[in-house]
Amino acid sequence: MTRPGTEAQPLRVAIVGAGPTGFYATDQLFRQPGLVVDVDMYDRVPTPYGLVRAGVAPDHQKIKSVTAAFDKVAAHPRFRFFGAVELGRHLSVDDLRAHYHMIIYTTGAQTDRRMGIAGEDLQRSHAATEFVAWYNGHPDYRDLTFDLSQERAAVVGVGNVAADVARILSRTPEELAATDIADYALEALSASRIREVHVLGRRGPAQAAFTNPEVRELGELTGADVTARPEEVEPDELTRQVLERAPDRATQKKVEILKDFSRRTPTGKPKRLVMRFLVSPVELLDDGRGGVAGMRLVRNRLYATATGTLQPKATDEFEHLPVGLVFRSVGYRGVPLPGVPFNDDWGVILNEKGRVLDAQSKLPLVGQYTAGWIKRGPTGVIGTNKPDAAETVTGMLEDLARDIHLRPADASPAAVERLVRERQPQYLSYQDWLRLDEIETRRGKETGRPRVKFTRVKDMLAALGRA
Amino acid sequence: MNIASLLAKKGSKVITVQPEQTIRQALGLLADHNIGALVVVDRDSRPVGILSERDIVRSAARDEDVFVKTVSALMTKDVILGVPQDDLESVGRTMTDRHIRHLPVVDQRRLVGIISIGDVVKAQRDLYRGEVETLQIELTEEHGKPAGR
Ligand SMILES: Cc1cc2nc3c(=O)[nH]c(=O)nc-3n(C[C@H](O)[C@H](O)[C@H](O)COP(=O)(O)OP(=O)(O)OC[C@H]3O[C@@H](n4cnc5c(N)ncnc54)[C@H](O)[C@@H]3O)c2cc1C
Ligand SMILES: NC(=O)c1ccc[n+]([C@@H]2O[C@H](COP(=O)([O-])OP(=O)(O)OC[C@H]3O[C@@H](n4cnc5c(N)ncnc54)[C@H](OP(=O)(O)O)[C@@H]3O)[C@@H](O)[C@H]2O)c1
Repeated sequence: MTRPGTEAQPLRVAIVGAGPTGFYATDQLFRQPGLVVDVDMYDRVPTPYGLVRAGVAPDHQKIKSVTAAFDKVAAHPRFRFFGAVELGRHLSVDDLRAHYHMIIYTTGAQTDRRMGIAGEDLQRSHAATEFVAWYNGHPDYRDLTFDLSQERAAVVGVGNVAADVARILSRTPEELAATDIADYALEALSASRIREVHVLGRRGPAQAAFTNPEVRELGELTGADVTARPEEVEPDELTRQVLERAPDRATQKKVEILKDFSRRTPTGKPKRLVMRFLVSPVELLDDGRGGVAGMRLVRNRLYATATGTLQPKATDEFEHLPVGLVFRSVGYRGVPLPGVPFNDDWGVILNEKGRVLDAQSKLPLVGQYTAGWIKRGPTGVIGTNKPDAAETVTGMLEDLARDIHLRPADASPAAVERLVRERQPQYLSYQDWLRLDEIETRRGKETGRPRVKFTRVKDMLAALGRA
Repeated sequence: MNIASLLAKKGSKVITVQPEQTIRQALGLLADHNIGALVVVDRDSRPVGILSERDIVRSAARDEDVFVKTVSALMTKDVILGVPQDDLESVGRTMTDRHIRHLPVVDQRRLVGIISIGDVVKAQRDLYRGEVETLQIELTEEHGKPAGR
């Protein structure tokens, strides 16, 4: 038989996960000159876009315009979308192997990293992953509740997700009402009694993961005064040495922004956002009824590792921080997919530059690939997934050229559709999504918002006349 | 970003050699795996040195009997070890400043990977490209074209 990739025998590719990475990989496959490719994209939720819909903050609409580019990719005649179809539930890896020449797993990082301290699981201690998915209307998280009657909250971590969480907690109801935040979250946050949000970094400002536009934004909130402690934002001796040896504008700027915060005096805004550095929570304290009453913090000092990275080391100075609500924003983590080798060290699919490896032999598995957060871990902005997907697609094309691919029993598109219909009769197509998108945007227009999201699968189906 | 995300897509095998093995054996490993350096480990799998193709070439240039020498005779003993939590940026700076081409990475003294200066440069370039790509999305009001052109 001839090598797949021709009109007569298109290369059949399954992509599991409809986040940015899935779309970048699809786009790159469609752009290969002389290659005829069919792409079927699956997602466990009915809607596409992954974290662009369920992660990116509702008050950051500009970046969400990337979905227009994804829609273009999806308009390709050889593209199909199967929403509400989960690998491991409706379909197995063997099902995919029986119908495709190649499979790419782009399932992202579905859970949170743990801090590993006592009290982490007390009530009112939440993973930021859950809060974010909740306010963005992810169907699996929409029914969670957060006790926003507390007056003081802490966000652990100083990455961009921590900045998102702190900002959403600090926004005014009017500001939130102009976004596409989930309706129930808008309601809950509008009634929020939170007055103080403490954001906790374990290292100094120069080592903080958040990027400058995001920090700057924290200083421009209408409803919250931002503060920081001069002694915590002033670079220590080691940091000064690094900055002198290798001057880096962005880092210097970040330190400047935070120093500026430390010099500000409150202007009487309703909320206070407190940026803390060089502190680590060592324990969350129980209020006697199983809920968080506060946290014990230890003050850190920086030391240099062998490669010159400045890392925190606990001192013997402790502090009590009374807070009734905690958001742990210390990073995401990938979860294993049934039947796909996993690398537990890093929480990713076991792979080499995107080729999935056999768990025993550590040699590439024929026809199985991965890209994005589930390949390299939960770091990087949307665009970072583009070169990452390109690395994987390059490997796929190399393999194809050497005729290395699966030999599916039945590669016809119709066979897949029959199978999906049988396993998940309620699956959604891209046409279905575009229809929902139109309704969501129309409902938004009526209320002066970018869109009003569907957050229940049954509401989506009802809107499509399929309930 | 820390270097764990570089190791995450490098599988989990690190090709190692023991100090008492011969250079011929070491060359076999380098050739079989198409790599530029081997981590030299003791019996407890702790890194004790690094042996690069350069180390071998340098010795071969003046010594006909290089093949039967032991790894320990040629390896670099003063190895700098990284940890997965090391920041990409400081690792890149240290490797460049000290002319280190390969950095073994240990976690609680267990060898968990090795990264090359090439890995670091590629990661930095991809990070930069990703940021530019993302800025372009934010700056482009009108998305008339397919992803990222
Ligand atoms: C809270 C948050 C805010 C962010 N904000 C920004 C921002 O403002 N700007 C920016 O540039 N970047 C932002 N990022 C980063 C950006 O979202 C990621 O880089 C990007 O989404 C990763 O893409 P991905 O496709 O690898 O994973 P994801 O976007 O997570 O997509 C994975 C998809 O796979 C699906 N899936 C998972 N398991 C299965 C399964 N078993 N079967 C079928 N489907 C499955 C999921 O439902 C999901 O749709 C943010 C990240 C987070 C967490
Ligand atoms: N607006 C945007 O562009 C945007 C928005 C959201 C997310 N994103 C991107 O999405 C990615 C993920 O973001 P993220 O915020 O989840 O991850 P991140 O950038 O890796 O930040 C994680 C933060 O948690 C801290 N941390 C980790 N373990 C900790 C512990 N045990 N105790 C205390 N602090 C701990 C880290 O500190 P250390 O540095 O000391 O480890 C770091 O400050 C990032 O690349 C981010 O840029 C972008």
